[in-house]
Amino acid sequence: MTGVQQAIAANAAVRGAMPAVALDDVTISFRMAGNHVYTAVKRASLSVADGEFVSIVGPTGCGKSTLLNVAAGLLAPSSGKASIFGRALAGLNRQAGYLFQADALFPWKTAIDNVAIGLETANVASKLAHDRAQDWLKRVGLGSFGARYPHMLSGGQRKRVGLAQVLIRNPKILLMDEPFGPLDAQTRQIMGNLLLDRWSADRKAVLFVTHDLEEAIALSDRVVIMSAGPAARIIGDWTVNLPRPRDISEVKLDPAFHALHREIWQKLKDEVIKGYAQTGGG
Amino acid sequence: MNRVTLIALQALVAIVSILIWYLLTTIPVDGKPLFPPFFFSTPLDVAERIVKWFSEGTIWRHLWITLAEAMLAFVLGSLGGVLVGFWFARQPRVAAVFDPYVKAVNALPRIVLAPIFTLWFGLGIWSKVALGVTLVFFIVFFNVYQGVKEVSPTVLANARMLGMNERQLMRHVYWPSALSWMFSSLHTSVGFAVVGAVVGEYLGSAAGLGYIILQAEMTFDIAGVFAGMFVLAAFVIVIDTMVTLVERRLLVWRPAAAETRA
Ligand SMILES: Nc1ncnc2c1ncn2[C@@H]1O[C@H](COP(=O)(O)OP(=O)(O)OP(=O)(O)O)[C@@H](O)[C@H]1O
Ligand SMILES: [Mg+2]
Repeated sequence: MTGVQQAIAANAAVRGAMPAVALDDVTISFRMAGNHVYTAVKRASLSVADGEFVSIVGPTGCGKSTLLNVAAGLLAPSSGKASIFGRALAGLNRQAGYLFQADALFPWKTAIDNVAIGLETANVASKLAHDRAQDWLKRVGLGSFGARYPHMLSGGQRKRVGLAQVLIRNPKILLMDEPFGPLDAQTRQIMGNLLLDRWSADRKAVLFVTHDLEEAIALSDRVVIMSAGPAARIIGDWTVNLPRPRDISEVKLDPAFHALHREIWQKLKDEVIKGYAQTGGG
Repeated sequence: MNRVTLIALQALVAIVSILIWYLLTTIPVDGKPLFPPFFFSTPLDVAERIVKWFSEGTIWRHLWITLAEAMLAFVLGSLGGVLVGFWFARQPRVAAVFDPYVKAVNALPRIVLAPIFTLWFGLGIWSKVALGVTLVFFIVFFNVYQGVKEVSPTVLANARMLGMNERQLMRHVYWPSALSWMFSSLHTSVGFAVVGAVVGEYLGSAAGLGYIILQAEMTFDIAGVFAGMFVLAAFVIVIDTMVTLVERRLLVWRPAAAETRA
Protein backbone atom coordinates (compact mmCIF):
# COMPACT_ATOMS: atom_id res chain seq x y z
CA MET A 1 0.00 0.00 0.00
CA THR A 2 1.29 3.44 -0.86
CA GLY A 3 1.37 6.22 1.66
CA VAL A 4 -1.54 7.90 -0.02
CA GLN A 5 -3.69 4.80 0.14
CA GLN A 6 -2.83 4.32 3.78
CA ALA A 7 -3.86 7.87 4.50
CA ILE A 8 -7.17 7.32 2.69
CA ALA A 9 -7.83 4.09 4.56
CA ALA A 10 -7.00 5.69 7.89
CA ASN A 11 -9.25 8.61 7.10
CA ALA A 12 -12.13 6.33 6.19
CA ALA A 13 -11.65 4.34 9.37
CA VAL A 14 -11.90 7.44 11.50
CA ARG A 15 -14.99 8.72 9.76
CA GLY A 16 -17.07 5.59 9.89
CA ALA A 17 -16.96 2.12 8.49
CA MET A 18 -18.67 2.51 5.14
CA PRO A 19 -17.47 5.26 2.85
CA ALA A 20 -20.20 6.82 0.75
CA VAL A 21 -18.00 6.51 -2.31
CA ALA A 22 -15.00 4.26 -2.57
CA LEU A 23 -12.97 3.92 -5.73
CA ASP A 24 -10.56 1.08 -5.31
CA ASP A 25 -7.58 0.78 -7.63
CA VAL A 26 -9.61 2.11 -10.55
CA THR A 27 -8.13 2.18 -14.05
CA ILE A 28 -10.04 3.64 -16.97
CA SER A 29 -8.98 3.05 -20.55
CA PHE A 30 -10.71 4.17 -23.71
CA ARG A 31 -10.56 2.18 -26.90
CA MET A 32 -9.67 4.52 -29.71
CA ALA A 33 -9.60 4.18 -33.48
CA GLY A 34 -7.12 1.62 -34.84
CA ASN A 35 -7.04 -0.58 -31.72
CA HIS A 36 -5.16 2.10 -29.86
CA VAL A 37 -5.95 2.19 -26.15
CA TYR A 38 -5.79 5.43 -24.18
CA THR A 39 -5.46 5.01 -20.45
CA ALA A 40 -6.92 8.12 -18.89
CA VAL A 41 -6.71 7.20 -15.21
CA LYS A 42 -4.44 4.59 -13.73
CA ARG A 43 -4.92 2.80 -10.40
CA ALA A 44 -6.69 5.57 -8.60
CA SER A 45 -8.05 4.95 -5.12
CA LEU A 46 -10.23 7.47 -3.45
CA SER A 47 -12.83 7.41 -0.76
CA VAL A 48 -15.40 9.87 0.43
CA ALA A 49 -16.84 9.20 3.86
CA ASP A 50 -20.49 9.83 4.54
CA GLY A 51 -20.89 13.54 5.25
CA GLU A 52 -17.45 14.38 3.91
CA PHE A 53 -16.72 17.11 1.36
CA VAL A 54 -13.89 16.09 -0.94
CA SER A 55 -12.53 18.13 -3.85
CA ILE A 56 -10.56 16.83 -6.79
CA VAL A 57 -8.15 19.28 -8.35
CA GLY A 58 -5.98 18.49 -11.33
CA PRO A 59 -4.77 19.79 -14.64
CA THR A 60 -7.22 19.88 -17.51
CA GLY A 61 -7.75 16.56 -19.25
CA CYS A 62 -6.37 14.48 -16.39
CA GLY A 63 -9.54 12.49 -15.85
CA LYS A 64 -11.56 14.26 -13.18
CA SER A 65 -14.85 14.03 -15.07
CA THR A 66 -14.02 10.45 -15.94
CA LEU A 67 -13.66 9.60 -12.25
CA LEU A 68 -16.99 11.24 -11.46
CA ASN A 69 -18.62 9.24 -14.25
CA VAL A 70 -17.34 6.09 -12.61
CA ALA A 71 -18.70 7.19 -9.24
CA ALA A 72 -22.05 7.93 -10.92
CA GLY A 73 -22.12 4.48 -12.45
CA LEU A 74 -22.25 5.90 -15.97
CA LEU A 75 -18.88 4.42 -16.83
CA ALA A 76 -17.58 1.03 -15.75
CA PRO A 77 -13.89 1.06 -14.85
CA SER A 78 -11.59 -1.11 -16.96
CA SER A 79 -10.23 -2.58 -13.77
CA GLY A 80 -10.69 -1.95 -10.09
CA LYS A 81 -14.04 -1.33 -8.49
CA ALA A 82 -16.36 1.34 -7.23
CA SER A 83 -18.46 0.86 -4.11
CA ILE A 84 -21.24 2.98 -2.75
CA PHE A 85 -21.86 2.70 0.99
CA GLY A 86 -19.97 -0.57 0.95
CA ARG A 87 -21.88 -2.11 -1.93
CA ALA A 88 -20.14 -2.77 -5.23
CA LEU A 89 -21.61 -0.44 -7.81
CA ALA A 90 -23.27 -2.12 -10.77
CA GLY A 91 -25.19 0.13 -13.13
CA LEU A 92 -26.34 3.59 -12.15
CA ASN A 93 -25.58 5.04 -8.74
CA ARG A 94 -29.12 5.68 -7.52
CA GLN A 95 -27.95 7.44 -4.36
CA ALA A 96 -26.13 10.16 -6.22
CA GLY A 97 -27.06 13.47 -7.75
CA TYR A 98 -24.75 14.53 -10.55
CA LEU A 99 -24.17 18.07 -11.71
CA PHE A 100 -22.54 17.63 -15.11
CA GLN A 101 -19.74 19.74 -16.49
CA ALA A 102 -21.46 20.10 -19.87
CA ASP A 103 -24.94 21.52 -20.41
CA ALA A 104 -27.38 18.89 -19.26
CA LEU A 105 -30.68 20.73 -18.85
CA PHE A 106 -33.57 19.61 -21.01
CA PRO A 107 -33.68 22.32 -23.67
CA TRP A 108 -37.40 21.75 -24.31
CA LYS A 109 -38.39 22.35 -20.69
CA THR A 110 -38.63 25.68 -18.92
CA ALA A 111 -36.33 26.31 -15.96
CA ILE A 112 -39.03 25.42 -13.45
CA ASP A 113 -40.01 22.26 -15.34
CA ASN A 114 -36.35 21.30 -15.46
CA VAL A 115 -36.10 21.58 -11.69
CA ALA A 116 -39.44 19.91 -10.99
CA ILE A 117 -38.76 16.90 -13.19
CA GLY A 118 -36.39 15.32 -10.67
CA LEU A 119 -39.28 15.09 -8.21
CA GLU A 120 -41.87 14.09 -10.79
CA THR A 121 -39.80 11.06 -11.75
CA ALA A 122 -40.08 10.06 -8.12
CA ASN A 123 -43.90 10.28 -8.41
CA VAL A 124 -44.32 13.54 -6.52
CA ALA A 125 -47.51 15.24 -7.69
CA SER A 126 -46.84 17.88 -10.31
CA LYS A 127 -48.31 20.76 -8.30
CA LEU A 128 -46.20 20.00 -5.25
CA ALA A 129 -43.11 19.38 -7.36
CA HIS A 130 -43.54 22.78 -8.98
CA ASP A 131 -44.02 24.55 -5.66
CA ARG A 132 -40.82 23.02 -4.38
CA ALA A 133 -39.07 23.80 -7.67
CA GLN A 134 -40.06 27.44 -7.30
CA ASP A 135 -38.51 27.49 -3.81
CA TRP A 136 -35.33 26.04 -5.21
CA LEU A 137 -35.18 28.52 -8.05
CA LYS A 138 -35.49 31.28 -5.48
CA ARG A 139 -32.67 29.78 -3.48
CA VAL A 140 -30.33 29.86 -6.45
CA GLY A 141 -31.42 33.42 -7.22
CA LEU A 142 -33.62 32.69 -10.24
CA GLY A 143 -37.08 32.97 -8.71
CA SER A 144 -38.46 35.09 -11.53
CA PHE A 145 -36.82 33.11 -14.35
CA GLY A 146 -38.91 29.96 -14.01
CA ALA A 147 -40.68 30.43 -17.33
CA ARG A 148 -37.47 30.74 -19.35
CA TYR A 149 -36.10 28.04 -21.56
CA PRO A 150 -32.43 27.12 -21.10
CA HIS A 151 -31.34 28.96 -24.25
CA MET A 152 -32.69 32.18 -22.73
CA LEU A 153 -30.40 31.80 -19.70
CA SER A 154 -26.73 32.67 -19.38
CA GLY A 155 -24.16 29.93 -18.82
CA GLY A 156 -24.00 30.72 -15.12
CA GLN A 157 -27.77 30.82 -14.78
CA ARG A 158 -28.02 27.43 -16.46
CA LYS A 159 -25.51 26.03 -13.96
CA ARG A 160 -27.63 27.35 -11.13
CA VAL A 161 -30.78 25.77 -12.55
CA GLY A 162 -28.77 22.55 -12.82
CA LEU A 163 -27.77 22.87 -9.18
CA ALA A 164 -31.41 23.26 -8.16
CA GLN A 165 -32.35 20.31 -10.39
CA VAL A 166 -29.93 18.07 -8.54
CA LEU A 167 -30.41 19.36 -5.00
CA ILE A 168 -34.21 19.19 -5.07
CA ARG A 169 -33.92 15.40 -5.11
CA ASN A 170 -31.94 15.50 -1.89
CA PRO A 171 -29.44 12.81 -2.90
CA LYS A 172 -27.19 11.19 -0.30
CA ILE A 173 -24.15 11.74 -2.50
CA LEU A 174 -23.44 14.84 -4.55
CA LEU A 175 -21.15 14.64 -7.56
CA MET A 176 -20.33 18.08 -8.89
CA ASP A 177 -18.20 18.73 -11.93
CA GLU A 178 -16.99 22.33 -11.95
CA PRO A 179 -20.42 23.60 -10.98
CA PHE A 180 -19.21 27.16 -10.60
CA GLY A 181 -17.06 27.18 -13.70
CA PRO A 182 -18.84 29.88 -15.71
CA LEU A 183 -19.82 32.04 -12.74
CA ASP A 184 -18.24 35.38 -11.93
CA ALA A 185 -16.17 35.69 -8.75
CA GLN A 186 -19.00 37.22 -6.68
CA THR A 187 -21.68 34.74 -7.70
CA ARG A 188 -19.14 31.98 -7.18
CA GLN A 189 -18.81 32.97 -3.56
CA ILE A 190 -22.55 33.31 -3.08
CA MET A 191 -23.14 29.90 -4.62
CA GLY A 192 -20.26 28.40 -2.65
CA ASN A 193 -21.73 29.68 0.57
CA LEU A 194 -25.16 28.43 -0.46
CA LEU A 195 -23.68 25.02 -1.11
CA LEU A 196 -21.87 24.97 2.25
CA ASP A 197 -25.08 26.06 3.91
CA ARG A 198 -27.09 23.22 2.35
CA TRP A 199 -24.29 20.82 3.04
CA SER A 200 -23.96 21.63 6.73
CA ALA A 201 -27.73 21.26 7.12
CA ASP A 202 -27.70 17.56 6.24
CA ARG A 203 -24.06 16.63 5.55
CA LYS A 204 -24.18 14.83 2.27
CA ALA A 205 -21.09 13.19 0.90
CA VAL A 206 -19.75 15.52 -1.77
CA LEU A 207 -17.26 14.83 -4.50
CA PHE A 208 -16.46 18.17 -6.04
CA VAL A 209 -14.32 18.79 -9.12
CA THR A 210 -12.75 22.16 -9.68
CA HIS A 211 -9.84 23.87 -11.39
CA ASP A 212 -9.68 26.40 -8.63
CA LEU A 213 -7.44 25.34 -5.77
CA GLU A 214 -8.59 28.20 -3.52
CA GLU A 215 -12.18 27.19 -3.99
CA ALA A 216 -11.30 23.56 -3.26
CA ILE A 217 -9.58 24.42 0.01
CA ALA A 218 -12.27 26.87 1.10
CA LEU A 219 -15.07 24.34 0.61
CA SER A 220 -13.60 20.98 1.46
CA ASP A 221 -12.64 18.63 4.24
CA ARG A 222 -10.10 17.05 1.93
CA VAL A 223 -8.41 18.07 -1.28
CA VAL A 224 -7.21 15.40 -3.67
CA ILE A 225 -4.72 16.22 -6.41
CA MET A 226 -4.40 14.32 -9.65
CA SER A 227 -1.36 14.18 -11.89
CA ALA A 228 -1.47 15.12 -15.54
CA GLY A 229 -2.70 12.46 -17.98
CA PRO A 230 -2.35 10.08 -19.67
CA ALA A 231 -2.48 7.43 -16.98
CA ALA A 232 -3.22 10.10 -14.42
CA ARG A 233 -2.85 9.07 -10.79
CA ILE A 234 -3.88 10.55 -7.50
CA ILE A 235 -0.72 12.13 -6.20
CA GLY A 236 -1.79 13.90 -3.10
CA ASP A 237 -4.46 13.99 -0.45
CA TRP A 238 -4.61 16.84 2.03
CA THR A 239 -6.91 17.25 4.98
CA VAL A 240 -8.21 20.77 5.44
CA ASN A 241 -8.41 21.57 9.11
CA LEU A 242 -10.08 24.93 8.89
CA PRO A 243 -12.94 25.50 11.33
CA ARG A 244 -16.56 25.14 10.22
CA PRO A 245 -18.93 26.76 9.54
CA ARG A 246 -16.91 28.67 7.01
CA ASP A 247 -17.57 31.74 5.01
CA ILE A 248 -15.73 31.47 1.73
CA SER A 249 -14.44 35.02 1.57
CA GLU A 250 -13.40 35.04 5.22
CA VAL A 251 -11.71 31.67 5.26
CA LYS A 252 -9.41 32.87 2.53
CA LEU A 253 -7.94 35.40 4.97
CA ASP A 254 -6.94 32.68 7.43
CA PRO A 255 -3.12 32.16 7.62
CA ALA A 256 -3.66 28.38 7.83
CA PHE A 257 -5.46 28.63 4.49
CA HIS A 258 -2.44 30.29 2.92
CA ALA A 259 0.01 27.78 4.31
CA LEU A 260 -2.02 24.88 2.94
CA HIS A 261 -2.52 26.60 -0.38
CA ARG A 262 1.22 27.11 -0.78
CA GLU A 263 1.92 23.50 0.11
CA ILE A 264 -0.58 22.04 -2.37
CA TRP A 265 0.25 24.49 -5.11
CA GLN A 266 3.91 23.44 -5.02
CA LYS A 267 2.84 19.97 -6.02
CA LEU A 268 0.11 20.99 -8.43
CA LYS A 269 2.14 23.53 -10.38
CA ASP A 270 4.48 20.96 -11.91
CA GLU A 271 1.53 18.83 -12.95
CA VAL A 272 -0.29 21.69 -14.61
CA ILE A 273 2.78 22.46 -16.71
CA LYS A 274 3.15 18.76 -17.56
CA GLY A 275 -0.54 18.60 -18.48
CA TYR A 276 -0.17 21.24 -21.18
CA ALA A 277 3.04 19.72 -22.51
CA GLN A 278 1.53 16.25 -22.87
CA THR A 279 -1.45 17.25 -24.99
CA GLY A 280 0.88 19.11 -27.33
CA GLY A 281 0.99 22.58 -25.83
CA GLY A 282 4.03 24.85 -25.76
CA MET B 1 -35.14 45.39 -43.35
CA ASN B 2 -38.40 46.12 -41.60
CA ARG B 3 -41.65 44.34 -42.29
CA VAL B 4 -43.32 46.98 -44.41
CA THR B 5 -40.37 47.41 -46.76
CA LEU B 6 -40.08 43.66 -47.06
CA ILE B 7 -43.71 43.18 -48.02
CA ALA B 8 -43.53 46.14 -50.42
CA LEU B 9 -40.50 44.64 -52.15
CA GLN B 10 -42.11 41.21 -52.32
CA ALA B 11 -45.21 42.75 -53.92
CA LEU B 12 -42.99 44.66 -56.31
CA VAL B 13 -41.49 41.42 -57.62
CA ALA B 14 -44.98 40.12 -58.41
CA ILE B 15 -46.10 43.37 -60.05
CA VAL B 16 -43.01 43.64 -62.24
CA SER B 17 -43.23 39.99 -63.30
CA ILE B 18 -46.90 40.30 -64.20
CA LEU B 19 -46.24 43.56 -66.01
CA ILE B 20 -43.50 41.99 -68.14
CA TRP B 21 -45.77 39.05 -68.86
CA TYR B 22 -48.53 41.50 -69.82
CA LEU B 23 -46.32 43.52 -72.12
CA LEU B 24 -44.81 40.51 -73.85
CA THR B 25 -48.17 38.90 -74.51
CA THR B 26 -50.22 41.95 -75.53
CA ILE B 27 -47.98 44.64 -77.09
CA PRO B 28 -47.56 43.78 -80.76
CA VAL B 29 -44.08 43.81 -82.27
CA ASP B 30 -44.25 43.54 -86.06
CA GLY B 31 -47.95 42.93 -85.95
CA LYS B 32 -48.00 40.20 -83.28
CA PRO B 33 -46.89 39.94 -79.63
CA LEU B 34 -43.51 38.43 -78.85
CA PHE B 35 -45.16 35.75 -76.72
CA PRO B 36 -48.28 34.52 -78.47
CA PRO B 37 -51.22 34.32 -76.01
CA PHE B 38 -52.06 30.88 -77.36
CA PHE B 39 -48.95 29.56 -75.61
CA PHE B 40 -48.57 32.04 -72.79
CA SER B 41 -52.12 33.34 -72.21
CA THR B 42 -52.32 36.85 -70.72
CA PRO B 43 -52.59 38.10 -67.14
CA LEU B 44 -56.09 39.46 -67.81
CA ASP B 45 -57.42 36.19 -69.20
CA VAL B 46 -55.98 34.27 -66.30
CA ALA B 47 -57.37 36.71 -63.74
CA GLU B 48 -60.75 36.57 -65.41
CA ARG B 49 -60.70 32.78 -65.24
CA ILE B 50 -59.79 32.74 -61.57
CA VAL B 51 -62.54 35.25 -60.78
CA LYS B 52 -65.00 33.12 -62.72
CA TRP B 53 -64.07 29.94 -60.80
CA PHE B 54 -64.55 31.61 -57.49
CA SER B 55 -67.70 33.56 -58.41
CA GLU B 56 -69.35 30.47 -59.83
CA GLY B 57 -68.06 28.51 -56.86
CA THR B 58 -66.88 25.52 -58.91
CA ILE B 59 -63.35 25.73 -57.54
CA TRP B 60 -64.25 25.09 -53.90
CA ARG B 61 -64.98 21.42 -54.37
CA HIS B 62 -61.61 20.87 -56.06
CA LEU B 63 -59.73 22.84 -53.41
CA TRP B 64 -61.46 20.91 -50.69
CA ILE B 65 -60.59 17.56 -52.25
CA THR B 66 -56.93 18.44 -52.70
CA LEU B 67 -56.82 19.75 -49.15
CA ALA B 68 -58.42 16.59 -47.79
CA GLU B 69 -55.99 14.36 -49.69
CA ALA B 70 -52.98 16.38 -48.55
CA MET B 71 -54.11 16.41 -44.92
CA LEU B 72 -54.80 12.69 -44.86
CA ALA B 73 -51.45 11.99 -46.48
CA PHE B 74 -49.72 14.22 -43.97
CA VAL B 75 -51.41 12.71 -40.92
CA LEU B 76 -51.04 9.08 -41.98
CA GLY B 77 -47.50 9.53 -43.30
CA SER B 78 -46.40 11.34 -40.14
CA LEU B 79 -47.98 8.74 -37.91
CA GLY B 80 -46.21 5.94 -39.72
CA GLY B 81 -42.95 7.87 -39.83
CA VAL B 82 -43.03 8.61 -36.10
CA LEU B 83 -43.82 5.02 -35.14
CA VAL B 84 -41.27 3.38 -37.41
CA GLY B 85 -38.67 6.08 -36.72
CA PHE B 86 -38.98 5.50 -32.99
CA TRP B 87 -38.94 1.77 -33.37
CA PHE B 88 -35.81 1.74 -35.53
CA ALA B 89 -33.98 4.23 -33.36
CA ARG B 90 -34.62 2.21 -30.21
CA GLN B 91 -33.90 -1.13 -31.87
CA PRO B 92 -30.61 -0.72 -33.74
CA ARG B 93 -30.69 -4.34 -34.90
CA VAL B 94 -34.05 -3.92 -36.61
CA ALA B 95 -32.75 -0.73 -38.19
CA ALA B 96 -29.62 -2.48 -39.44
CA VAL B 97 -31.65 -5.28 -41.04
CA PHE B 98 -34.07 -2.97 -42.81
CA ASP B 99 -31.55 -0.29 -43.70
CA PRO B 100 -30.89 -1.27 -47.35
CA TYR B 101 -34.63 -1.69 -48.04
CA VAL B 102 -35.48 1.66 -46.54
CA LYS B 103 -32.85 3.28 -48.73
CA ALA B 104 -34.00 1.41 -51.82
CA VAL B 105 -37.65 2.31 -51.37
CA ASN B 106 -36.83 5.92 -50.59
CA ALA B 107 -34.71 6.22 -53.72
CA LEU B 108 -37.59 5.00 -55.88
CA PRO B 109 -39.26 7.82 -57.83
CA ARG B 110 -42.77 7.81 -56.35
CA ILE B 111 -44.37 8.64 -59.66
CA VAL B 112 -43.90 5.05 -60.83
CA LEU B 113 -46.08 3.99 -57.92
CA ALA B 114 -49.01 6.14 -58.97
CA PRO B 115 -50.52 3.70 -61.51
CA ILE B 116 -50.20 0.85 -58.99
CA PHE B 117 -51.97 2.88 -56.35
CA THR B 118 -54.73 3.73 -58.82
CA LEU B 119 -55.07 0.03 -59.47
CA TRP B 120 -55.18 -0.80 -55.78
CA PHE B 121 -57.19 2.10 -54.41
CA GLY B 122 -59.23 3.27 -57.41
CA LEU B 123 -59.61 6.75 -58.91
CA GLY B 124 -60.94 8.34 -55.70
CA ILE B 125 -58.95 10.21 -53.07
CA TRP B 126 -57.23 7.18 -51.52
CA SER B 127 -54.82 6.56 -54.37
CA LYS B 128 -53.63 10.17 -54.00
CA VAL B 129 -53.41 9.86 -50.25
CA ALA B 130 -51.26 6.76 -50.70
CA LEU B 131 -48.90 8.62 -53.01
CA GLY B 132 -48.60 11.48 -50.51
CA VAL B 133 -48.03 9.04 -47.67
CA THR B 134 -45.02 7.48 -49.42
CA LEU B 135 -43.49 10.95 -49.67
CA VAL B 136 -44.32 12.22 -46.19
CA PHE B 137 -43.48 8.98 -44.43
CA PHE B 138 -39.80 9.02 -45.34
CA ILE B 139 -39.23 12.64 -44.42
CA VAL B 140 -40.82 12.20 -41.02
CA PHE B 141 -39.21 8.82 -40.53
CA PHE B 142 -35.68 10.08 -41.16
CA ASN B 143 -36.17 13.09 -38.93
CA VAL B 144 -37.66 11.20 -36.03
CA TYR B 145 -34.94 8.56 -36.32
CA GLN B 146 -32.31 11.27 -36.27
CA GLY B 147 -34.03 13.10 -33.43
CA VAL B 148 -34.03 10.04 -31.21
CA LYS B 149 -30.42 9.17 -32.11
CA GLU B 150 -29.05 12.65 -31.67
CA VAL B 151 -30.18 13.33 -28.14
CA SER B 152 -27.21 14.83 -26.36
CA PRO B 153 -25.48 12.06 -24.37
CA THR B 154 -25.11 14.44 -21.44
CA VAL B 155 -28.83 15.23 -21.41
CA LEU B 156 -29.55 11.52 -21.58
CA ALA B 157 -27.12 10.74 -18.74
CA ASN B 158 -28.68 13.54 -16.72
CA ALA B 159 -32.16 12.15 -17.30
CA ARG B 160 -31.06 8.76 -16.07
CA MET B 161 -29.31 10.24 -13.03
CA LEU B 162 -32.55 12.09 -12.26
CA GLY B 163 -34.20 8.72 -11.93
CA MET B 164 -36.10 8.40 -15.20
CA ASN B 165 -37.23 4.93 -16.17
CA GLU B 166 -37.53 3.83 -19.78
CA ARG B 167 -41.08 5.15 -20.11
CA GLN B 168 -40.18 8.53 -18.64
CA LEU B 169 -37.11 8.75 -20.88
CA MET B 170 -39.44 8.22 -23.81
CA ARG B 171 -41.80 10.93 -22.70
CA HIS B 172 -39.39 13.57 -21.42
CA VAL B 173 -36.34 13.06 -23.61
CA TYR B 174 -36.73 11.02 -26.80
CA TRP B 175 -40.19 12.22 -27.70
CA PRO B 176 -39.54 15.99 -27.42
CA SER B 177 -36.27 15.61 -29.27
CA ALA B 178 -37.88 13.58 -32.06
CA LEU B 179 -40.78 16.03 -32.29
CA SER B 180 -38.47 18.98 -32.62
CA TRP B 181 -36.73 17.33 -35.53
CA MET B 182 -40.04 16.42 -37.06
CA PHE B 183 -41.35 19.96 -36.71
CA SER B 184 -38.23 21.38 -38.23
CA SER B 185 -39.13 19.41 -41.36
CA LEU B 186 -42.80 20.36 -41.16
CA HIS B 187 -42.63 22.69 -44.15
CA THR B 188 -41.07 20.01 -46.31
CA SER B 189 -43.43 17.25 -45.28
CA VAL B 190 -46.57 19.38 -45.66
CA GLY B 191 -45.28 20.54 -49.05
CA PHE B 192 -44.74 16.96 -50.15
CA ALA B 193 -48.22 15.98 -48.98
CA VAL B 194 -49.63 18.60 -51.38
CA VAL B 195 -47.29 17.49 -54.16
CA GLY B 196 -48.43 13.88 -53.68
CA ALA B 197 -52.08 14.91 -53.89
CA VAL B 198 -51.71 17.12 -56.97
CA VAL B 199 -49.47 14.72 -58.89
CA GLY B 200 -51.85 11.89 -58.08
CA GLU B 201 -54.78 13.89 -59.39
CA TYR B 202 -52.84 14.86 -62.45
CA LEU B 203 -52.20 11.23 -63.29
CA GLY B 204 -55.83 10.19 -63.09
CA SER B 205 -58.75 11.47 -61.10
CA ALA B 206 -62.14 13.12 -61.25
CA ALA B 207 -61.55 16.14 -59.03
CA GLY B 208 -58.92 18.32 -57.38
CA LEU B 209 -56.50 21.03 -58.49
CA GLY B 210 -54.35 18.55 -60.42
CA TYR B 211 -57.46 17.44 -62.27
CA ILE B 212 -58.37 21.02 -63.25
CA ILE B 213 -54.92 21.67 -64.61
CA LEU B 214 -54.94 18.41 -66.55
CA GLN B 215 -58.38 19.14 -68.05
CA ALA B 216 -57.23 22.56 -69.21
CA GLU B 217 -54.07 21.13 -70.73
CA MET B 218 -55.99 18.52 -72.70
CA THR B 219 -58.05 21.24 -74.42
CA PHE B 220 -55.05 23.58 -74.90
CA ASP B 221 -56.77 25.99 -72.54
CA ILE B 222 -53.59 27.77 -71.46
CA ALA B 223 -55.45 30.40 -69.42
CA GLY B 224 -56.99 27.51 -67.46
CA VAL B 225 -53.59 25.89 -66.87
CA PHE B 226 -52.09 29.13 -65.60
CA ALA B 227 -55.14 29.90 -63.48
CA GLY B 228 -54.88 26.41 -61.95
CA MET B 229 -51.21 26.93 -61.18
CA PHE B 230 -51.87 30.30 -59.54
CA VAL B 231 -54.62 28.89 -57.39
CA LEU B 232 -52.32 26.01 -56.43
CA ALA B 233 -49.52 28.45 -55.55
CA ALA B 234 -51.84 30.54 -53.38
CA PHE B 235 -53.15 27.36 -51.74
CA VAL B 236 -49.61 26.24 -50.90
CA ILE B 237 -48.70 29.64 -49.48
CA VAL B 238 -51.75 29.69 -47.23
CA ILE B 239 -50.92 26.22 -45.93
CA ASP B 240 -47.28 27.14 -45.43
CA THR B 241 -48.24 30.21 -43.43
CA MET B 242 -50.39 28.09 -41.17
CA VAL B 243 -47.49 25.68 -40.68
CA THR B 244 -45.28 28.60 -39.66
CA LEU B 245 -47.82 29.64 -37.06
CA VAL B 246 -48.06 26.12 -35.65
CA GLU B 247 -44.29 25.80 -35.65
CA ARG B 248 -43.84 29.03 -33.75
CA ARG B 249 -46.12 27.80 -31.01
CA LEU B 250 -44.58 24.35 -30.75
CA LEU B 251 -40.92 25.22 -30.88
CA VAL B 252 -40.83 28.11 -28.42
CA TRP B 253 -37.96 26.46 -26.60
CA ARG B 254 -35.68 26.68 -29.60
CA PRO B 255 -33.21 29.49 -30.00
CA ALA B 256 -34.24 31.57 -33.00
CA ALA B 257 -32.09 33.95 -34.96
CA ALA B 258 -34.63 36.77 -34.82
CA GLU B 259 -34.94 36.70 -31.08
CA THR B 260 -33.12 39.87 -30.15
CA ARG B 261 -35.74 41.86 -32.01
CA ALA B 262 -38.29 43.27 -29.62
N1 LIG C 1 -15.02 8.72 -24.49
C1 LIG C 1 -13.70 8.99 -24.52
N2 LIG C 1 -12.92 8.41 -25.46
C2 LIG C 1 -11.59 8.66 -25.49
N3 LIG C 1 -10.95 9.46 -24.64
C3 LIG C 1 -11.67 10.06 -23.68
C4 LIG C 1 -13.08 9.86 -23.57
N4 LIG C 1 -13.54 10.58 -22.53
C5 LIG C 1 -12.46 11.22 -22.03
N5 LIG C 1 -11.34 10.90 -22.71
C6 LIG C 1 -9.97 11.37 -22.43
O1 LIG C 1 -9.70 11.09 -21.08
C7 LIG C 1 -8.98 12.15 -20.49
C8 LIG C 1 -9.70 12.63 -19.25
O2 LIG C 1 -10.90 13.31 -19.62
P1 LIG C 1 -11.79 14.06 -18.56
O3 LIG C 1 -12.98 14.59 -19.26
O4 LIG C 1 -12.04 13.17 -17.41
O5 LIG C 1 -10.82 15.25 -18.14
P2 LIG C 1 -11.05 16.33 -17.00
O6 LIG C 1 -10.03 16.10 -15.95
O7 LIG C 1 -12.46 16.36 -16.57
O8 LIG C 1 -10.66 17.66 -17.78
P3 LIG C 1 -11.32 19.13 -17.64
O9 LIG C 1 -10.79 19.72 -16.39
O10 LIG C 1 -10.81 19.84 -18.84
O11 LIG C 1 -12.80 18.96 -17.63
C9 LIG C 1 -8.83 13.21 -21.55
O12 LIG C 1 -7.52 13.14 -22.06
C10 LIG C 1 -9.84 12.85 -22.60
O13 LIG C 1 -9.35 13.18 -23.87
MG1 LIG D 1 -13.99 17.59 -16.85
